[in-house]
Amino acid sequence: MFKYTLRRLIQAIPTLIGISMFAYLLMGLSPGGPVKALTFDPKMRPEQRERLALQLGVNDPIPVQYLRWLLGDTWMRWDSDGDGVSDGSFLIPIDANNDGVPEPPGTRQGVLRGDWGRSIFEKRPVADIIRERVPATLELGISSLLLGLFLGVPIGVLAAVRRGGWFDSITRITAVLFNAVPVFWLGLILILVFGSWLRLLPMGSRCPSTLTGGCPPITQRLEYLILPTFVLATGGIAVYSRYMRASMLDVIGQDYIRTAKAKGLSGRQVWFTHGARNALIPVATFLGPSVAGLLGGAPITETIFSWPGLGRVGVSSVLQKDYNVVMAVVILGAVATIIGYLISDILYALIDPRIRFS
Amino acid sequence: MTAQTQDIINLSIKGQVEVGESLTTLALRRLRRDKLTIVALIVVATLVMLSVCAPLIERYVLHVDYTRTDISKAFLPMFAEGHILGTDDLGRDHLARLLYAGQISLGIAFTAAILSLVIGISLGIITGYYGGVLDDVIMWFISTLNSIPSFFLLLIVSAAIITNPDLNNTFLKGPFALVAFLGLLGWTGTTRLVRGETLSLREREFIISARAVGASPIRVMFIHIMPNLLSIVVITLALDIGSLILVESALSFLGLGVQAPLASWGNMLTNSQSFFNKGVHLVIVPGLMIVVTVLCLYVIGDGVRDAVDPMTVDK
Repeated sequence: MFKYTLRRLIQAIPTLIGISMFAYLLMGLSPGGPVKALTFDPKMRPEQRERLALQLGVNDPIPVQYLRWLLGDTWMRWDSDGDGVSDGSFLIPIDANNDGVPEPPGTRQGVLRGDWGRSIFEKRPVADIIRERVPATLELGISSLLLGLFLGVPIGVLAAVRRGGWFDSITRITAVLFNAVPVFWLGLILILVFGSWLRLLPMGSRCPSTLTGGCPPITQRLEYLILPTFVLATGGIAVYSRYMRASMLDVIGQDYIRTAKAKGLSGRQVWFTHGARNALIPVATFLGPSVAGLLGGAPITETIFSWPGLGRVGVSSVLQKDYNVVMAVVILGAVATIIGYLISDILYALIDPRIRFS
Repeated sequence: MTAQTQDIINLSIKGQVEVGESLTTLALRRLRRDKLTIVALIVVATLVMLSVCAPLIERYVLHVDYTRTDISKAFLPMFAEGHILGTDDLGRDHLARLLYAGQISLGIAFTAAILSLVIGISLGIITGYYGGVLDDVIMWFISTLNSIPSFFLLLIVSAAIITNPDLNNTFLKGPFALVAFLGLLGWTGTTRLVRGETLSLREREFIISARAVGASPIRVMFIHIMPNLLSIVVITLALDIGSLILVESALSFLGLGVQAPLASWGNMLTNSQSFFNKGVHLVIVPGLMIVVTVLCLYVIGDGVRDAVDPMTVDK
């Protein structure tokens, strides 16, 4: 199994490089880069603008910019004798603005050495922003995953046991409905009903705004979690209940269930102890992608509910062309997706001894 | 029709010979009996008709102009005089705008679904039929594309092109570009499905015999394999249009999809959070249009899947 995991992780490397190149090219090739977006201020002088562009290196060819992002630029322009003046360069000119003075040596370490760069807008390291946002995203993601599982799985079991009954029909319709409702609209309607009309729940955000910007422990602000968790969980409830039902129907038809019934076990014991445990196996494969979605953030739900997570910062950074932040969110989401699928494959084999790695 | 087949038909009419039904006949018969699917079909057809006829309805039935703004008539409630569904924040007739938005939303989703189907089916058949390095490369590309959080991919594309203020290209900023992006990014699932199906069809006797009599690969792929994929195509089309409506509406809602002054069901909801107190119908109705359309498309997809499934038992 170790070998299998290792091989899958090695296979992920070209995928990740492909993703980062694709995303970088897409952003880099579009006209009007971050400097244009940043220097919207008409009072800004052209010299200032040029100096900024030079600092950010946005005038370099896009492959060079990508390499700088990936590997840093300490090897692109360096200062070998330690006098503070660059004395050599590779790929980029040593004197980019032709003023006769060499530009200062490169300071970026690059993503491969753990340096995610700085946010152009917030003027601080991207790693700090991500670190701040991850807890909020995890909080929302984990709670909605749990809600999806704890509602979806029992609903699926009951629907299968009472196949064709009213409970089965209602949950079937609800599942299709949950899939057909746009997430953002469901959020809007819930905010309208519970926030605006009934005034029972807050209309958004993670906690009451404080001067320090921090949030109290989660148990003291559960009401803020209810609506976004439910909206994010609708997809999961629909998927888990449907697959659990199908898988449970498979299991119910098998001999050992009949044996269990013949032994005189009660219905509940047969369904939950004998049936549902085996029926959970195929459903476990969906956990991987769900865990992936959890870390990638939920751009729409987080935006609607002003939830300060990765998804929301991703959306706003795309709009502001804050490339370093966008890249971090995209790569994080991709890593989560790859690991999520890997976990689901491993989990599958662990639960079901009939499956072996090949 | 030969005399022999005519004989068999005559006999079968008299009930003397059992003629097996083709899967298509069987599927159509099952579909006709499936009331839910029929209702869904009728609803979608009605919505499409209403949207297509939006200019006529606007002019001869509603007697309004959906582009005319009139601040004095802003936020009229539902069933107000002359405006069945009231008016929006700029005093435009809500119903007329919804119909025009339907043109855009349905049109984008439909054409993008067709585009992604064409790409998905061609690539799926080719990779499934030839296999080898080509298959490996395309599968790698698909798994790479699928590892990017898909909504972010769309956001990046959209921010780089459709809503980029520094890009002065009317075509790239119009709804056609949106169709192209949605189509170009949405084919991976279809390709996987078709590839799997082609892999199993490739080994069947009728394909081997076609190749034995010298049919070219193109002929085998598109004359012999493709017709067997018809049911997949219909199901995927219905489900794809549904999910594309959802994606387009989400993008437009965030301001990254269909751009004003064009209306889509998604961008009609963009500022609706600030209308909570003034006009609730502006929040509810466009969303309901999306829900009803997508729901019906999903029901149709499921209905067709059940109808063509040979394992379905007729009651």
